[in-house]
Amino acid sequence: MLAFILRRIAQSIGVIAAMVVIVFFGINVVGDPVWMMVAPDATQADIDRVRSEFGFDQPVFIQFFQFVKGLFTGTLGQSYVHGEPAIRLILHRLPATLELALVALTLAIVIGIPLGLYAGLKPDSKLSRGIMATSILGFSLPTFWVGLMMILLFSVMLGWLPATGRGQTASLFGWQTSLLTLNGWTHILLPALNLAFLKISLVIRLARAGAREAALMDYVKFARAKGLSQNRIIGVHILKNIMIPIVTVLGLEFGSLVAFSVVTETIFAWPGVGKLLLEAIQRLDRPVIVAYVIVVVVLFVTINLLVDIVYSLLDPRVRLTEAKA
Amino acid sequence: MSDAALKTSAVIAPVIKEETPFRRFVKQFMEDRVAVFGLALLSVIVLLALLAPWISPQNPYDLAKVDLMDSKQRPGVIAGDGFKMWLGSDGVGRDLLSGILYGLRISLMVGVVSGLIAATVGMSVGLIAAYFGGRVESFIMRVVDLQLSLPTVLVALILVAMLGKGVDKIIIALVVVQWAYYARTVRGSALVERRKEYVEAAQSLGLSNSRIIFRHILPNVIAPVIVIATVQTAHAISLEATLSFLGVGLPQTEPSLGVLIANGFQYLLSGSYWISTFPGIALLFTIVGINLVGDRMRDVLNPRLEK
Repeated sequence: MLAFILRRIAQSIGVIAAMVVIVFFGINVVGDPVWMMVAPDATQADIDRVRSEFGFDQPVFIQFFQFVKGLFTGTLGQSYVHGEPAIRLILHRLPATLELALVALTLAIVIGIPLGLYAGLKPDSKLSRGIMATSILGFSLPTFWVGLMMILLFSVMLGWLPATGRGQTASLFGWQTSLLTLNGWTHILLPALNLAFLKISLVIRLARAGAREAALMDYVKFARAKGLSQNRIIGVHILKNIMIPIVTVLGLEFGSLVAFSVVTETIFAWPGVGKLLLEAIQRLDRPVIVAYVIVVVVLFVTINLLVDIVYSLLDPRVRLTEAKA
Repeated sequence: MSDAALKTSAVIAPVIKEETPFRRFVKQFMEDRVAVFGLALLSVIVLLALLAPWISPQNPYDLAKVDLMDSKQRPGVIAGDGFKMWLGSDGVGRDLLSGILYGLRISLMVGVVSGLIAATVGMSVGLIAAYFGGRVESFIMRVVDLQLSLPTVLVALILVAMLGKGVDKIIIALVVVQWAYYARTVRGSALVERRKEYVEAAQSLGLSNSRIIFRHILPNVIAPVIVIATVQTAHAISLEATLSFLGVGLPQTEPSLGVLIANGFQYLLSGSYWISTFPGIALLFTIVGINLVGDRMRDVLNPRLEK
């Protein structure tokens, strides 16, 4: 078991290292960042001064070396636009994004599982067909457009929910959160629902497939033979067994929620890292892009690692096949 | 539809005329009404896109035809030039219906071209991995795994950040996020094919590796590729629209559906709903059409489901 965990950790570090190298050299191919830091009428002397001040006159591999040194000391360079350390900008905005992703994940589970269970247990009913048709539509709808339509419906036409911003936040152990105020909840609901949209369809499909399979299992027949109530069979015996794959998949999907929040945050003007990344891309703010990618990749790899370890604890077969390979 | 099956059916063909694999495929495909609807929808959309220059009421690129006085008109208003703007007009006075027809061309073109390139690259890489095995294979599959473990939106965003705007750049980004799906699938099917006798026979005849890979194995692994290609093309179109919406995709000079939706976003809060809504519906129809066709093709081409 220990060997398995150690090997997975080594692999994860390898992935992070590969990403760091690819992103750094990739970003360095982009146009000269000096041009966006000097005034349009700057003289050659000004340009040269800025160039040497930020170390752009150094050869690329020396810049890379400086960058790697910065990684280990926790400084990923100053943002060209904000004049602040890039990593501080990211970490300052990260809680808003994580909060949004967590609420989206919760919505996906709370909405997706009951619908999927129903569709799986009564596959021939009209409602089930409706649920499945909606979930196919959910896979086809472009998420950003759904967000616009939500704003149009709930904010512009009905005027029920606000379309932009985070609303009132309250402080909880230094974490500024929207989840403690009613106003905050009205602000987070639409973006979270938008972000959860695809995942709801995914959970419906997983829960349906799981329920259809589980309903035929001997332990369900046995539970029925024991005379247990339908609610107990579904709530305890079936639900428990279909939760393992769902939790695994959703754990892996959390990273993609954080990544996709770039889109949702832009639509709903949510002040998270995604919006920061997009602004950084538009202004070629290199350190912020690199810092974002590193933070997200580390987050992503860590989640994958944890999910793998938890899964191998639950299912010894995974461990064994890995050991053989 | 294997090579062998094609040959056998050619022999039987004179006797039972209906049973060529292609006809069987068409017949099975047509059994599903929803899929036929999807195919009809998709055909209409492709036709509209192809015929855009001849059927659209206005050429939205021709600045002489576009009048700023017509901007942000509601659907159904008569334009200054006298034609009816069925879907209204956008922020600079272009007829929205014409914009959508032209936008469809760009969206479909980007999706299909990137899909074709990604399929070619992915298939070649997957075949090479399966045929040669060993170090080559494990290296390729590591790269594929790494690629597939990262969220596509993120990879595409970072790539356009590196490459910049433009049709060619977007296509490159879409190819990079797609090729790994093809590579993985093709490798899986090719691994099975490689062990079959006909490959051994080809090898003992002394044929070159590239000939065996591309002339013998490739035709036998093409069915799953077609299925993935439909789903991936829908993905690519959606992703391009997303990137364009975010302002890092196609430039204003190449107004795909995503660019049109993005242009309407700023007017959405003031109630000009149609500018973002109608291009989105066109996008939705396109993607639904492709997905319906793809779903049915998967069912028909999947040998495990064959009766």
